Amino acid sequence: MRQSGRTRIAVDAARAGTESLERRGIDVKGELFRAVLLLCISIGIVMLATLLAYVIVAGWPRLDLSLFTEMPSTRDPNTSGFLPAIVGTLYVMIGVLVTTVPIGVSAAIYLEEYADSSKWYNRLIEVNIQNLAAVPSIVFGILGLAFIVRGPWGLGFVAFAGSLTLMMMVLPTVIIASREAIRGVPSTLRHASLGLGATRWQTVSRQVLPVSLPGILTGTILAMSRAIGETAPLLLVGATTFVRFLPEGLFDGAYSVITVQIFQWAMRPQEEFRTLAAAGSIVLVALLLLMNSVAIWLRNKYSRAY
Amino acid sequence: MTDQATRAAGPAPSPQRAARDVPDVPKEPVFTTQDLNIHYGSFHAVTDVSMEFGKNEITALIGPSGCGKSTVLRCLNRMNDLIPAARVSGEVRYHGIELYGPKIDPIEVRRRIGMVFQKANPFPKSIYDNIAYGPRVTGMKVDNMDDLVEQTLRRAALWDEVKDKLKQNAYGLSGGQQQRLCIARAIATNPDVVLMDEPCSALDPIATLRIEELMAELRELYTIIIVTHNMQQAARVSDRTAFFTVKVNETTGDRTGGLVEYDRTTKIFENPSDQRTEGYISGRFG
Repeated sequence: MRQSGRTRIAVDAARAGTESLERRGIDVKGELFRAVLLLCISIGIVMLATLLAYVIVAGWPRLDLSLFTEMPSTRDPNTSGFLPAIVGTLYVMIGVLVTTVPIGVSAAIYLEEYADSSKWYNRLIEVNIQNLAAVPSIVFGILGLAFIVRGPWGLGFVAFAGSLTLMMMVLPTVIIASREAIRGVPSTLRHASLGLGATRWQTVSRQVLPVSLPGILTGTILAMSRAIGETAPLLLVGATTFVRFLPEGLFDGAYSVITVQIFQWAMRPQEEFRTLAAAGSIVLVALLLLMNSVAIWLRNKYSRAY
Repeated sequence: MTDQATRAAGPAPSPQRAARDVPDVPKEPVFTTQDLNIHYGSFHAVTDVSMEFGKNEITALIGPSGCGKSTVLRCLNRMNDLIPAARVSGEVRYHGIELYGPKIDPIEVRRRIGMVFQKANPFPKSIYDNIAYGPRVTGMKVDNMDDLVEQTLRRAALWDEVKDKLKQNAYGLSGGQQQRLCIARAIATNPDVVLMDEPCSALDPIATLRIEELMAELRELYTIIIVTHNMQQAARVSDRTAFFTVKVNETTGDRTGGLVEYDRTTKIFENPSDQRTEGYISGRFG
């Protein structure tokens, strides 16, 4: 069949169009950019992996049950353990958890649901929460020493003093994360609830909080992770480097925490104590991973409901 | 659950004309507004609206975007209070009581005047809990919550479709079913008035017809005020229609919403007295 002139032009144009759709060599810039990005992420991962591998190799010889059941000893590193430090860490973290969550979440609810942001004092609070998050942890340690251990509160060098000090440090993280989570709740839900004649508090407690819970949980985990790895402020508020007994309670008796104990072992010249420090680090990292896993499991469980 | 399944489950909806004989002016007004003005900050959203909403009638508010019809609707159950910069002046009387009086509790107002929103907004809870929420938060005396939930869902013509999955999450329903659930949720507390803000704008025609049928049934029990963009809908379901439009101030160029004409629906659609109304309903502007 003979093609008419117009058809030929159309066919040619279509072919030219198809050819221009094909790939023209390699996109050098694009590939280069991808390589750089990949390099950046691998630096982080490689560092983390090296660290973990180093700690595990160094601490492996001492990673046994006696680490969890024995008291520390400066004379015999081979039978020395972390028991008081592990218990002390648990005490301190429980204290942080029970103080930080209610205070942090309440503050976030106030700022998101109740505060009129056109008022100067609410804006002042907001700015200062951001500032608080940037304060170095040692400063909180000094504050804790002056006001909680001594000063007006005068709790003494007890685990709860450590909890309150760490609470001040992680509170901004919890507030900011909780605010984000609360802000993420669609306003249509609030309107639906208020439109049915629910009070503001009913709306917050029955609709907003359940929906934002996964986000609040994530923020709390992050805050706890930061608190559990913290050493400097605790040194100031009495996490004594060496206790051969369990803390008597949240409000009684001297205590130690894992990080401070690791620090103490790592300072010693003998190789055996360094191994002990590495083994303690493994315990700390494992504890952190466990906490995060539980939290992620909790978060997934809740978010599946919606 | 797909829309197809929904269709199979219920009876086939049939379009029906709801034209009823209503008196020229509402016999028993539920709301009376007098020189109602609403500002958002410095923006004058609605100017001088005076009208009466009749008991057990369906009143439709129609008009182009920005004419203030939704604003007027939200002012009737004090949902405008949630916008910090909103300010209401003039009179809004509900059974003769000044709604914006100093002693009025907006929460009590909303317990009597329910609301259905443009986008279906069920709670991320079970169908059962969605219905039970209103009675629970308002502290309603309920002998048997199961009965109340069933009764409410039957009244909203949703029972047969959901009776086997009351404990399932409401998000699993189709869009049309979700919106009917929201209507059911609003009537569970047995309010006096149900306000509907473009309740069908996100729904397909069949789901829309279902809701229109439902409204025709609910009219026997409640006073309904509906904002709609859909003029056919206003013509189909409402007893009275209020036409709002955007008015532009000749000298300042400021725009504000206002009421143009308010009458029986048949009158508005068959023989409007204002040229702007005629232009709008015949599709010449808006």
